[in-house]
Amino acid sequence: MPYILSIVTFLPLVGALAVLMARVMAKSEEAAAGPARWIALIASLVVLAVSVVLVAGFDPSNPAYQFVEMVPWFAGASYHLGVDGISILFVLLSAFLLPICIIASWSSIKERVAEYMIAFLILETLLIGVFTALDLFLFYIFFEGTLVPMFIIIGVWGGANRIYAAYKLFLYTLLGSVLMLAAMLYMAATAGTSSIPELTAYDWPVGVQTFLWLAFFASFAVKMPMWPVHTWLPDAHVQAPTAGSVILAGILLKLGGYGFIRFNLPMFPDASEYFTPLVMVLSVIAIIYTSLVAFRQTDIKKLIAYSSVAHMGFVTMGIFAGNDQGVQGAVFQMISHGLISSALFLCVGVVYDRMHTREIAFYGGLTSRMPWFAAIFLMFTMANVGLPGTSGFIGEVLTMVGAYQVSTWAVFFAASGVILSAVYALTLYRNVMFGEITNPALKAITDIDRRELLIFVPLIIGTIWLGVYPAAVLDITQASVSAVTAAYQTAIGG
Amino acid sequence: MTIETLVTIGVFAPLLGAMIAGFFGRRIGNVASQAVTTGLLFLSCAIAWTVFGQHTWGHMEAFTVELFPFINVGDFQSTWSVRVDALSAVMLIVVTTVSSLVHLYSWGYMAEDDSRPRFFAYLSLFTFMMLALVTAADFMQLFFGWEGVGLASYLLIGFWYKKPTASAAAIKAFVVNRVGDFGFVLGIITVFWMFGTIKFAELFPLIAAQSGAGWDFIGQRWSALDLAAFLLFIGAMGKSAQFFLHTWLPDAMEGPTPVSALIHAATMVTAGVYMVCLLSPIYEYAPTASLIVAIIGGITALFAATVGLAQNDIKRVIAYSTCSQLGYMFFAAGVGAYQAAMFHLFTHAFFKALLFLGAGSVIHGMHHEQDMRNMGGLAKLLPITYGAMMIGTIAITGLGIPELKWGFAGFYSKDSILESAFASADYSPAGLFVFFIGLFAAGLTAYYSWRLIFMTFHNKPVWKDAHAPVEHHHDDHASDAQKETHTEPLMDDAVAAHTGAHHDAHHDDHHDDHGHHGPLKPHESPWTMLIPLIVLSIGAVAAGFVFYNYFVGHHEAEFWRGAIFTAEANHVLHDSHYVPRWVLWAPVVLTLLGTFVAFWIYVLKEGMARRMAERGNILHTFFYNKWFFDELYDVIFVKSARAIGDFFWKVGDVKIIDGLGPNGAAWASLKSAARLAKVQSGYVYHYAFVMLLGVAGLLAFAIATWGA
Repeated sequence: MPYILSIVTFLPLVGALAVLMARVMAKSEEAAAGPARWIALIASLVVLAVSVVLVAGFDPSNPAYQFVEMVPWFAGASYHLGVDGISILFVLLSAFLLPICIIASWSSIKERVAEYMIAFLILETLLIGVFTALDLFLFYIFFEGTLVPMFIIIGVWGGANRIYAAYKLFLYTLLGSVLMLAAMLYMAATAGTSSIPELTAYDWPVGVQTFLWLAFFASFAVKMPMWPVHTWLPDAHVQAPTAGSVILAGILLKLGGYGFIRFNLPMFPDASEYFTPLVMVLSVIAIIYTSLVAFRQTDIKKLIAYSSVAHMGFVTMGIFAGNDQGVQGAVFQMISHGLISSALFLCVGVVYDRMHTREIAFYGGLTSRMPWFAAIFLMFTMANVGLPGTSGFIGEVLTMVGAYQVSTWAVFFAASGVILSAVYALTLYRNVMFGEITNPALKAITDIDRRELLIFVPLIIGTIWLGVYPAAVLDITQASVSAVTAAYQTAIGG
Repeated sequence: MTIETLVTIGVFAPLLGAMIAGFFGRRIGNVASQAVTTGLLFLSCAIAWTVFGQHTWGHMEAFTVELFPFINVGDFQSTWSVRVDALSAVMLIVVTTVSSLVHLYSWGYMAEDDSRPRFFAYLSLFTFMMLALVTAADFMQLFFGWEGVGLASYLLIGFWYKKPTASAAAIKAFVVNRVGDFGFVLGIITVFWMFGTIKFAELFPLIAAQSGAGWDFIGQRWSALDLAAFLLFIGAMGKSAQFFLHTWLPDAMEGPTPVSALIHAATMVTAGVYMVCLLSPIYEYAPTASLIVAIIGGITALFAATVGLAQNDIKRVIAYSTCSQLGYMFFAAGVGAYQAAMFHLFTHAFFKALLFLGAGSVIHGMHHEQDMRNMGGLAKLLPITYGAMMIGTIAITGLGIPELKWGFAGFYSKDSILESAFASADYSPAGLFVFFIGLFAAGLTAYYSWRLIFMTFHNKPVWKDAHAPVEHHHDDHASDAQKETHTEPLMDDAVAAHTGAHHDAHHDDHHDDHGHHGPLKPHESPWTMLIPLIVLSIGAVAAGFVFYNYFVGHHEAEFWRGAIFTAEANHVLHDSHYVPRWVLWAPVVLTLLGTFVAFWIYVLKEGMARRMAERGNILHTFFYNKWFFDELYDVIFVKSARAIGDFFWKVGDVKIIDGLGPNGAAWASLKSAARLAKVQSGYVYHYAFVMLLGVAGLLAFAIATWGA
């Protein structure tokens, strides 16, 4: 299929236009809701199908960018797309999560449904665009653009305190992105190209690397988010609608890790090596600090948001280990976290849709009324804890294996974070699910229905499949990651 | 069908059962769920014995079936496998035999429970994970099984999830095991970077060359193999409830009794011992780590036995007994007598499962009463249970006649351990230390084991006087002047609300449809429960003398065929057959002494124990409160974790980070701007517009600069 990357990138936009037309043609907002849902679902499923075709046609043994499209743009910039073994998985993950988001919002979003669906479809285009873009400026447009629909999703369909959350997200992210833009301008001006592959091959002087590294780091660290620029995330999650949290945790956070692998590590290897201790320390703080904070949360979503920060600590630790196990583990951890945290936020959505509160203290004893939900929530709790047999384990263990070569201290503390994750995750599960039902409001709570089961099934299959047969992902990333790590090791003389 | 296929079927049969009962249990019903899981387990058991027979008396060589790749990243290679050698063959029969009997037993024991499909699914899932553990060919699958049994243990301890104590105990078990896994994972990763492989078959030949090498870890230079062995042992300490990481095991008794018998006595808790024996190639070259294994094992053997002396809950006595016996196994391994450790693991599985299932039969017959102070005189009412418990007790106390070399199962294995410990004095600095500890603990074992028998089956029946529904049995304790220290289980907020109500007597059950609101009439259990007792009794009698020669005697070398590695200098097992005569007799004398003291206190001077307890003996209080470990850990870990978590959250995140950042000066000034206030009223699209303008402007700037 020629131009398959353009198709997969912009197909959601076509879907968004179709929803818009349906909205315009419909007599009222309510009348547009039904068609909007169906059009959005069909569009997202078509995108998923195309991305499956894309993955099927991908040659995992070739570390180079594939399906490359390049049209000269203006002033030296070009419309340049391509995927390697790392980015193709994020394209697939985005395409995989979008239909789930749409089904999850099927009945919980009642107002401005068409606009909601448009926002999600635009967001999908932008997200996929981030992973397919091979031009610096194209990347930047997609990367910053994702903030707009995300911001709208939280600001319009969010909770009571949504403005504060949206603004916090905006403030943090903008701060980082200004620095990144400046760095990009400098790079393009100096190297005379904005092509990412060419810039990767460019040999930056060590002194310059330091500044460029820091500029990119500022942006990606916020997105990740790394400690101490993580405090926007819990607020954003708490205020976001369920599907917004799914996209936020599932894909948006991965832009940071992807950026580290695409820019910081290969473009500025000397600076990366220089700053490795810093990253390791911040990663370990993220793992332990946020796990302890998660342990004390009273809001279910906030707890899971903090646990996301802890899990992203493993990602940064793995990336800057700079070896095969570390980077492969980091990519795997991001994919895996995309499934697990999405599922956990959907679990929160299940109880929130019924009771309209996320206070842990409100719940308790749900197992007796919701046995199927109990089983699903338990499965993802265990995956979040990194139980072997789920995908959560593979990422954690591989990043630790990788980081051990660089710093045994980092691994020592990260491994103690594994204890803490069990503490907060199981305490949450106990408080929500176990015991007798004491709150009379919960006596009539119903178990998950077919629609809800439908959104969990693919996530369950994905989590277990990748946990038992991680080669499904690792084989795809192998060649591309090895190319990155080999170049990095050569550059730092390791 | 080849033996390879057969073993693979045997490993996966319980998983199939678990999936059928778990996913379709409600649809196919209780009986079908029970029948499917139990049937598949017996199939698995038959296969395991076939394999064991082929190994022991046939000509089957060790083999590994490779199924499909697990993790392959660089040299970090792991494959899903079924590895069969002498060690895993022993574990296969232990696991499947006890598990199939426990499945059968649960037909009767769980007969009144509404969630039987779930229960049987968990039991079978556990069995599969345990089989995956013992047949692992590399560290990753070993860890998979290791954590998998932990999951099953968590699920089964918390099976009666409505009970706050049960869910608290489940979390405690999981978290304490995670502490062990912390070391285990570090150990695995250390091994990987040391040797470049995590596959046992590739790893073991490389070890000798590393003997004496150094290794950098967390800023220190360590002896490489000692470091690896020690880190791995931390994992074993968690799983096998050794001193410092033992606190979860007694609480795990919150689970249904069949679970205690299977997981917390016969199989899962022995995984640590199995691991140390499997990794004997490492431990043989890690003298310091082995010393630590021996000392921790010795301390645990003694510590748990002292706590066991003072407990009143029938299951907790047996739980501490398990802990103590595991200590024996570890110190045997620590002094280099891995074969003796495995032998004790093997015999212990039979008599300890027997004791637990017997206790379950008592609890069942007493309508969920577990406090031995409310029992007594049950021998005539539960004759088969009584007989089985007697056999189990004789077996665990290791009673036998050294001159004739004849006794019940525990006699052979425990004496083999003690003799090895004595013989190891020439090689291991801990040898005599653990020998004397083991000897003394043998006396204590006899005391607490017979105390259990006397309090439960002999004496005047206390329950006759009660004539009250058991729900009110807590009232019986009101007269008990014994000072009870409140023990708050680890990581448990909810239980704190129960202040003062936390008794050491727990109902093993929560369902109240049993219809015993009248005078209590203890009864013998149904045949589904008695058959496992009888089968295990046979094991408890015969497992010792039938297998003695294979495990530690003349045929030892042919039996193990290299599955256990002993360095050339290690002659402990050989020397253990030539110890002085008093070493053979000493355990028997101490056992008889312990038995007599128990008989004197609990039968001849009935009531003396209660008076002693009431007087508040310091030692009794110390033992009764389990050396105050729970209280200590609660202060050091639980309370501080809460405090630090709160501090990081409310001070770190809210005051410092947000205070200096988004909520600080910049945010405040922006907020005060009138225009922003207008935007805040809901026109969030403005934000988007502003942002797009910004992006476009910056881009225009970029292009303009560049062209210049």
